[in-house]
Amino acid sequence: MSAHAEQRPLTKNIDLKRGPLALKEYEAAGGYAGPRAIAAGLQPNEVLERIKESGLKGRGGAGFPTGLKWSFVPQGPDSEQQKYLVVNADEMEPGTFKDRLLMEGDPHLLIEGMIIAAYTIQASRAFIFLRGEYLLAEKRLAQAIAEARAAGHLGENVFGTGFAFDIVLHTSAGRYICGEETALLNALEGKRANPRAKPPFPQVSGLWGKPTIVNNVETLCNLPGIIANGVEWYQSLGSGGDFGTKLFGVSGRVKTPGCWELPFGVSIREVIEGYGGGMQEGYRLKAFLPGGGSTDFLTPDHLDTPLTYGAIGELGSRLATGTMILLDDQTCPVGMIGNLMKFFAHESCGFCTPCRDGLPWVDAIFRDLEEGKGAHKDIAILQDHVGYLGPGKTFCALAPGATAPLGSGLKLFADEFETHANSGCPYH
Amino acid sequence: MAKITVDGLSYEVNPDNNLLQECLSQGLDLPYFCWHPCMGSVGACRQCAVKTYRDAEDKNGTLVMACMTPASDGAIVSIEDEQASAFRAGVIESLMTSHPHDCPVCEEGGECHLQDMTQMSGHNYRRYDKLKVTHRNQDLGPFLNHEMNRCITCYRCVRFYDDYAGGTDLAAQASHHHTYFGRFEDGTLESEFSGNLAEVCPTGVFTDKPFSEHYTRKWDLQVAPSVCTGCAVGCNTTPGERYGSLRRVVNRYNSEINGYFLCDRGRFGAHYVNTDNRLRSAKDAAGMTLSTEEAEEKLAAVCAQGAIGIGSPRASVEANFALRCLVGEDNYYSGESAQNHEALQWLLSCLEDEAFSCPTIKEMEGADAVLVLGEDVTNTAPRVALALRQSVRSEATRLAAKARIPSWQDAAVRELAQEAQSPLALFSTGATRLDDVASTTLNADPASLLAAAKAVDVRLAGGSPDYDALIPEASSGASKGETMQAVESVCAALIAAQEPLIVCGSHAGVELMRVAASIARTLSALKSAPCALALLPAEDNSVGHAMLVRPQNTLAAALTKLSDGAASAVIIIENDLTRRAPSAAVTAALQAAEQVVVVDHLNTATTRAATLALPSTSFNEYESSRVNYEGRAQLSFQVSQYPSGTKPVEHWLGVDGALHSASLIARCSAEAAGFASLPKILPDALTRVAGLKVPRQSHRYSGRTAMNANVAVNEGKQAVDENSVMAFSMEGALLQQDASVLASPWAPRWSSNQSITKFQAEVGGELKQEQKGVHLLTRSVQSAVVEPDSHVVSGATDPATKGELGVHFVQQIFGSDELSAHSPAIRERLCDAYVALSPPQAASLGATTGDRLVISGTTTELSLVVRTQTPDTVAMIYPGTSAAGESINALDLPHRITLTRAPDQEAGAASLGLAALIVGDAVFSHARAAEE
Ligand SMILES: Cc1cc2nc3c(=O)[nH]c(=O)nc-3n(C[C@H](O)[C@H](O)[C@H](O)COP(=O)(O)O)c2cc1C
Ligand code: SF4
Ligand code: SF4
Ligand code: SF4
Ligand code: FES
Repeated sequence: MSAHAEQRPLTKNIDLKRGPLALKEYEAAGGYAGPRAIAAGLQPNEVLERIKESGLKGRGGAGFPTGLKWSFVPQGPDSEQQKYLVVNADEMEPGTFKDRLLMEGDPHLLIEGMIIAAYTIQASRAFIFLRGEYLLAEKRLAQAIAEARAAGHLGENVFGTGFAFDIVLHTSAGRYICGEETALLNALEGKRANPRAKPPFPQVSGLWGKPTIVNNVETLCNLPGIIANGVEWYQSLGSGGDFGTKLFGVSGRVKTPGCWELPFGVSIREVIEGYGGGMQEGYRLKAFLPGGGSTDFLTPDHLDTPLTYGAIGELGSRLATGTMILLDDQTCPVGMIGNLMKFFAHESCGFCTPCRDGLPWVDAIFRDLEEGKGAHKDIAILQDHVGYLGPGKTFCALAPGATAPLGSGLKLFADEFETHANSGCPYH
Repeated sequence: MAKITVDGLSYEVNPDNNLLQECLSQGLDLPYFCWHPCMGSVGACRQCAVKTYRDAEDKNGTLVMACMTPASDGAIVSIEDEQASAFRAGVIESLMTSHPHDCPVCEEGGECHLQDMTQMSGHNYRRYDKLKVTHRNQDLGPFLNHEMNRCITCYRCVRFYDDYAGGTDLAAQASHHHTYFGRFEDGTLESEFSGNLAEVCPTGVFTDKPFSEHYTRKWDLQVAPSVCTGCAVGCNTTPGERYGSLRRVVNRYNSEINGYFLCDRGRFGAHYVNTDNRLRSAKDAAGMTLSTEEAEEKLAAVCAQGAIGIGSPRASVEANFALRCLVGEDNYYSGESAQNHEALQWLLSCLEDEAFSCPTIKEMEGADAVLVLGEDVTNTAPRVALALRQSVRSEATRLAAKARIPSWQDAAVRELAQEAQSPLALFSTGATRLDDVASTTLNADPASLLAAAKAVDVRLAGGSPDYDALIPEASSGASKGETMQAVESVCAALIAAQEPLIVCGSHAGVELMRVAASIARTLSALKSAPCALALLPAEDNSVGHAMLVRPQNTLAAALTKLSDGAASAVIIIENDLTRRAPSAAVTAALQAAEQVVVVDHLNTATTRAATLALPSTSFNEYESSRVNYEGRAQLSFQVSQYPSGTKPVEHWLGVDGALHSASLIARCSAEAAGFASLPKILPDALTRVAGLKVPRQSHRYSGRTAMNANVAVNEGKQAVDENSVMAFSMEGALLQQDASVLASPWAPRWSSNQSITKFQAEVGGELKQEQKGVHLLTRSVQSAVVEPDSHVVSGATDPATKGELGVHFVQQIFGSDELSAHSPAIRERLCDAYVALSPPQAASLGATTGDRLVISGTTTELSLVVRTQTPDTVAMIYPGTSAAGESINALDLPHRITLTRAPDQEAGAASLGLAALIVGDAVFSHARAAEE
């Protein structure tokens, strides 16, 4: 294995100038080593131990330890035998485009990860819940699945292990809430995409009431590397308490927006100024959301913070999806937050009161502020909603996510909100 | 039991329940919307937020939804906590952002749970000044209004209609704050339980449409506890009256019978009492109106001459008993059809048989294996169907307990259980509305069903290994193999069950009822415990009437006596004999009789044949009792005063003691076998505070001094009610938290029907001082009636002549009941007489749905409905109802008929919409296609 591959286990096969590796090429590049190790006798509990040890955390946003999550799936002869693996490929978080890169760039990596995960939890069937607009990913995944099936890597006897496993690719009809894992399960069952109450957790009663693991695309793409190269190697990547690599993205007015695989612990500055090429001529960085639309604003003061769950958490924000959205000095912060609020209000599933009826009010206030019809009392109402929509108050995490840019923005841009309330938007 | 602390006070609670339910059970006020005692919690509205604390040290606490949190031992809870209170007010503020605030013109106003909760939350100042979301309303048919703008998106309607009642045509649509609750397109709601939406919806989205036509606020309605007359279940209701007319009927909670829900026949079927079809004055043979005095004189003359009496299953115990007193027990005859009379004799013997128990509706819900034989309960005893639909969820409850998911976690329990259901087996001639939840459905001709039922019995008893010999080789429905499979699975389910239940009814015929009892007896022997057996009679007082009649005093005997001249005069109470016997026999008897006195509140073919017709009162106009399928007698109070000129039957008949219902009840208890405990249904007068009566009017009843000002400007004297513990007044004892004479619950801060929790000892359980009626019959005997001979299959193999079809009668929830069919809203749901045939049979006649068929050898025409699950040799006939015009006397038809396509087909003559109410599949699309 080249040093280069060791550094970038997720994207080592990805080259945007060509299509993804076909099965043969993928295997030639060392792919499907995980399932081969399984075929050679690696037991499910051994894989589970290895993943637990690796310290892999879910890349879907919450950063929940993957091994721990898997261990909640009831095993043994008395447990429900039908178990499911579900891949969360809904990727609709504003500013987030990392899973797309993986699926379009190296679909076999995901399939390999899925085989490892499914074998560990003993799921005979997996569903990829794919964002409907990801047409290219759909095409490439479908093709890769067909190749794997034809090669016997999927089906009744995966890699000759006797383990039966197959994958269903499902394209979403398209709602942000379908990315919330329990709403996803409802959608997959053909029901309204409302989230479910937890407990019971999907690990115990998930898809069609059966034990189910929902993992993010990127989470699963980490597995082949860990099995092939071992825990030690994995932990040697990354620093600051988080292991392995992560896809970090930057959007906004930088010179070269994009998405890069980097080890945990790299500084924000390095990503924005190094990989992103720094701000475009004439623009100054004013603030940024570090991990997609549902995270609190950070400012240029925080540029030297390492990108780890812990360090970003300490600043009162979240690493979440690791894809940053930048606000520059010539874009209206009120307009930017308003845009997000419009999105969240529209994407509310309509199940619980604070989110369903609170976010449209927030959205309406932003529209008034921009049009110069706002008033000071409106800002107080926005502030009330930050608490009212917070964690624990709503049925799922969508609304609390929306309060992150709202609450931090109200604090950070208090003056600009005042200006808007007095005289409308100065940026137009 | 667990101990919890709420705002510093400690309470003993049930840890199997959630915090919200337990707080309410303790009498605490905690607002909520989406939770419902019958439907559990889903955590949608976020209105029930409280604070919980880890321990005494925890000062901050955590905000949780009480309905989603178990009431576990040691929990420290605060309802009053400032943050929790502020959050609850915030939830109201959000809910109200798009609400139209149209309380003054909203029919929910004054009994609106949203109004109550808004007040309770303390939110009172509107800050929202943006645009509201508005919706388009739908026409949902004759029963319900739809005003979606009032919706607070609590999801209760769909959870009741779809999840609980099995409806499919109401859904939550769209999302975010555009979520819409309605049908896919305008049209009549299909579920026969749709009316409950008016009570389940916490605001004014779904409201009672017939009520709208003469709307009155809750507090202006004169009310009294009543009992539905729609079928033999005896659901408890509260009719409301103003200005002498019945305005509406709502559910009255009874912990053992109807609980929180009624069927649409019961809710919308009582309005016949207001219609022109009432008999409002006494008439002589020529139809000339008589004064009350003239009528009484004529009646006295008939009585002096000596008359026989014909009672009625739709007349009260008191009315029937008064008639029996007047004519003497020897001369008092059954007013039931021959089939029903025989069925009732059997039913009575089963109610006294210690091998069985007769389940309440609540108990039916808990059954874990059910076998329904022949009776189409959705159309004959609808509330039973709703209960059986819940019974299949017993398995879900079991699985949830195993997975440690609390039973009130509604969505989670349903998700876990998926399709897993407790067994429900339906043996029926055609498709039924319960098919969608049945584990076994066996559709075959009646004789084959009987054979299959006998096979179940023989198989259960383990006696005869060759039980399969009972099943005919060729049946026109299920094949022998399918039948055997059904028998096997039913037996396995019944043996495995802890709480098996056998259901049959008089519409299924006495033979099947006998087999039903035999199966139950076998099970009770197997399990050494009485087996639940529900035998359903046809009408509200079928059982009470049958208990008063000597078995040999059949209707046929009475008619023969009259046509033979052995009796020259007859007094018939509240009965249209053309529904009970063949037309020829009725006509002959009534023509031969010199005097035919008919006391009824409705104009019928029989009152029209009377030489003296006397107007009686409808169920809401006098106090009386009825006996339901369990043998439970229940008292129904007078709601309105009698319309002038009318009197209760027992008053017309003027027997001793009849003027006071308590004395008539006492006399009945002393003289009539089986009625000894009847006086227990009367409220104990001593419990009235200082002799005060219970007011029928609320303490906010308005207009008392003005409502009759168009007649006289002075305030009229309040009518005095000597007869009852209730008064036609606003004054009297307020029965706060005492439900013994509770018509319409109300409690401070709780104006809506949800105030019932304040009267329940435990939420969803018994009422405090609940008057549940009394079970008249005690079980002491082993039934003396002969067991059915398991090896003789009667009529099953009668070779039919080619083209001949066996006649089987179909019941319809809207139409088959005589009284409710006259109610205007129900009339909009009636369909014409029809015959349902299997597709091959219809094809052989060259006919399709909507075509007219003639019964060969007669002039009787029927519309055709093609129905897939119909056996090929059966003609399933719905005879129509006189309320809809065209109807036929079912008893005039032979058992076997031949049909031909009528030569001239009047286009669009028949309305078959209702035929869809029996099944959802083929019929529906056919009927629709026919209508388009
Ligand atoms: C509103 C909302 C949207 C979400 N969208 C996504 C998504 O698009 N993709 C994803 O992987 N996780 C999403 N999540 C997180 C998932 O619920 C879940 O935590 C994740 O799929 C678990 O996978 P992981 O353990 O591999 O991170 C979303 C959560 C919320 C509340
Ligand atoms: S917070 Fe409530 S309304 Fe919003 S998406 Fe989640 S469940 Fe739906
Ligand atoms: S229509 Fe009524 S019951 Fe249905 S969601 Fe709206 S408020 Fe709730
Ligand atoms: S008709 Fe029968 S089931 Fe319906 S409400 Fe009346 S008593 Fe109950
Ligand atoms: S009643 Fe608890 S959330 Fe609705």
